[in-house]
Amino acid sequence: MPVTVKTFQALSEVASALSSDRAARYLGGGTLVMRDLNEGDVSMTTVVRATDRSLQTIDGSGARVRIGAGVTFARVLAERDLGFLHPAARSIGGPAVRNMGTVGGNLFAPAPFGDFTVALLALDGLVAVQGGFGLRDMPLEEFLQSRDRQAGALVVAVSCIRPASADAFRYRKISRIKPKGGSVITLAAHVPQSGGRVSGARIALGSMAPTAIRAKGVERALEGRPLDASTINAAAAAASEGTAPTDNALASAWYRREVVGVHLRRLLSGQES
Amino acid sequence: MTKTPLQFRHNGREVALFVDGGTNLLVVLREMLGDVTPKFGCGQGGCGACTVLIDGEAHLSCLTLAETVEGRAVETLDGIKTGPNLHPLQQAFAEGFAAQCGYCTPGMLMAAKALLDRIPQPSREQVVEAISGNICRCTGYEPIINAVLAAAASRRASA
Repeated sequence: MPVTVKTFQALSEVASALSSDRAARYLGGGTLVMRDLNEGDVSMTTVVRATDRSLQTIDGSGARVRIGAGVTFARVLAERDLGFLHPAARSIGGPAVRNMGTVGGNLFAPAPFGDFTVALLALDGLVAVQGGFGLRDMPLEEFLQSRDRQAGALVVAVSCIRPASADAFRYRKISRIKPKGGSVITLAAHVPQSGGRVSGARIALGSMAPTAIRAKGVERALEGRPLDASTINAAAAAASEGTAPTDNALASAWYRREVVGVHLRRLLSGQES
Repeated sequence: MTKTPLQFRHNGREVALFVDGGTNLLVVLREMLGDVTPKFGCGQGGCGACTVLIDGEAHLSCLTLAETVEGRAVETLDGIKTGPNLHPLQQAFAEGFAAQCGYCTPGMLMAAKALLDRIPQPSREQVVEAISGNICRCTGYEPIINAVLAAAASRRASA
């Protein structure tokens, strides 16, 4: 069914168009919205696009990197300053999907997709949202918890901290089809250490709930302790705490709960999957 | 519903037409321009059968809103041969039995062309990565990977 396509330059106009029409969807790279259109989603009558160049900017020079919502994963991979995010970007789709899919769109990708968001969540991600009252930064965790109510919001950019060291940030996607494929479980861990002890641990999991989630039980098990075998065992034991995975064709919820601790232990120990 | 004018370069030729809102590029190519080389597979971005090059980059035409290619260059399998001569990739696919049912072949060839245009002499791993978004249910992939490497080698030999 044909839809109305509206294209705006100003972000405020885009936000206004989205908030004033419940049947409007924002089109970024197209990998989510066009898929729904192809499947005959009649709930969508308007597609809104933005041409503002700020959606395409990357500022990767500081301690907190900022990535425009319209930046594709191929561009993330081409940016040397964003090297710590390359494993997450590379784990998404094939080259064509990475040439299209955007960082902003990934926040809305349902499980078993949305792997890049898992990495951002472990790096204290913030989401810059343009609403009717201007631009505001929102913690990614809070954004994801209310994602279903964010359909009228325009994500302008995401930001995250740069890991304390190359070794402090670890990312792994468990999938059946390699090198691409939907996620069985996606794990991201930021475990900075101070004086030989973990300080400020952030662990995020994908495909363990409808959106990416923080594994707070694991973070508590790691905090203030040396990253040794007993700490890692305690962290692995807490891995399924607070999770709510679902069954799908890639894995059952039971399987995901059973193996999440195994993969977390391997990730934190530096072992191969 | 009003139609939107659309103008872009299709295999080196300027085309202009009117599209309904929400029309994807694959529909424009197949049903409006008669270029049936890109295939409709899953419509979800999972199979790669509809892969085309937009400004030289591999894209999935089924997930591309037609209006977003305004003023851009779209290249499909229909445009890669030179006169009667097959493209080296097509030649290598034919000689290496890299196509069985053939449904994935146009997408595979365009994904491979995007790679060779960027990296003329790729490693095997780079070939595997380049076609990782394209599904083939017949060949087991090995003849396809070997054909892409053979095409790269034939270019090196003729250079």
